[in-house]
Amino acid sequence: MSLAIRFKSFLDETGNIARFTGRFFSVGTKPRYENKEFFNQCYIIGYRSLPLVGLTAFIMGLVLTMQLRPSLVDYGVESQLPVMVGLAIVREIGPVITALIFAGKIGSSIGAELGSMKVTEQIDAMTVSGIKPFKYLVATRVLATTLMLPLLTILGDAISLFGAYLGVNIRSVTSFDLFFLQVFKSLDFSDVLPAILKTLFFGFAVGIVGCYKGFNSTKGTQGVGVSANSAVVLSSVLIFIIDLLAVQITELLGFN
Amino acid sequence: MKAVSKEPVIVIKDLVKAFGDNKILDGFNLTVEKGSNVVILGKSGSGKSVLIKCIIGLLQSDSGSIHVFKENISKMTEDELDQARSKIGFLFQSNALYDSMTIRENLEFPLLRHWVDITKEEVERLVNEALENVDLLHTVDMMPSELSGGMLKRVALARTMILRPEVILYDEPTTGLDPVTSREIENLILKLQKKNHTSSIIISHDMNCVKNTADLVVLLLEGKCYTKGTFEELKQSTDENIKQFFE
Repeated sequence: MSLAIRFKSFLDETGNIARFTGRFFSVGTKPRYENKEFFNQCYIIGYRSLPLVGLTAFIMGLVLTMQLRPSLVDYGVESQLPVMVGLAIVREIGPVITALIFAGKIGSSIGAELGSMKVTEQIDAMTVSGIKPFKYLVATRVLATTLMLPLLTILGDAISLFGAYLGVNIRSVTSFDLFFLQVFKSLDFSDVLPAILKTLFFGFAVGIVGCYKGFNSTKGTQGVGVSANSAVVLSSVLIFIIDLLAVQITELLGFN
Repeated sequence: MKAVSKEPVIVIKDLVKAFGDNKILDGFNLTVEKGSNVVILGKSGSGKSVLIKCIIGLLQSDSGSIHVFKENISKMTEDELDQARSKIGFLFQSNALYDSMTIRENLEFPLLRHWVDITKEEVERLVNEALENVDLLHTVDMMPSELSGGMLKRVALARTMILRPEVILYDEPTTGLDPVTSREIENLILKLQKKNHTSSIIISHDMNCVKNTADLVVLLLEGKCYTKGTFEELKQSTDENIKQFFE
């Protein structure tokens, strides 16, 4: 495929995703609201992702602490380990890693589920039954991912900090109270708020991309696999782009 | 041939639908009268499924008109289409049952959407009645993945009928089924048509199904209505294009 054709197809895809997002705001936000399905999706997307997010967050906190310690020891600032780890987890690593895990688990699952519904005509069946599939399937999932990711990130950060506390105690002894006192003393709202706010956008991106890829799935079962895969790839890339923009914006607003 | 009244329920005039340069329907005309079963016969890829998807509004035609109960489907807004669709049932070739829901939930789903004031007892009664009609009441709490192909088709038929549509569109209702199950589905189609006084368009290449269910057979060829008549009339034809379906 020539470069020009690839560029055109990239622009087409970008335009289609933008239109799909516009449709979410124009159609998805109007009554009648699918509350039951929304809460069901919150349960699936939020509660069922908790074990995976919790496990990865715990390991991340533990490993990050173990990796940082030697460098801090070299500079003679080992006592600053809780501060360093706390800032890194809350401001950047916690939100981004949780969002990437979330994109892998939820983005692919939404892409595959809606893709499979598309190729087996279940979405058409909803349409002919007078049900609006965009509202029922897309709006509920996008809202659920947008609201659940910040909650998962907060829980993930807490678990990660606990992992870091254990990591600190592998080579030295620091009390639970002292560790968390040091962590919270180094943090203020300008660290926590922008980090949590950006996860709203991460969650929205994962939901929109997963739904878009699934909703536009073609080519039978092979297409379902492609939808799931490309939902993960695209939402992961978007997470980094949004993160980059968020850092620039928080810097401009003087939060850093 | 069964006696039918002459009131038209579906009138299609000069319907054109193309995908890119590929013209699938090219000036197709058809009238379906109340209480009649019209079978659309045609080769694979001849546009039979496209035709019924245009009738239900899943696809937008390029030109021409489709009137269902004297209302032009092609010019309706989304909300008007939703209203019109409550009078039209659609049986998908793949059944299209929601695989994350039980059979009960599959049947309740359209009911609760269309009849918002319906009571729980009434929903229960209608679901049970629909499943009894297809002899599958015992599957009410099962998942679609636990049922055989023939059972899935019968459940799909029950779901199609639950809103009491006046017109039903069947997309290859017996494809992929063994002859015995196919016969059961054909009998069910006829039984439910008689009970609910519905009109139907049936897409099929299964000649037994065509023979058993059709009041009128329409041959779709090159995007047009090539010929129409009863099964016996078409069977007697010496036209090669028609004969090939009956050999």
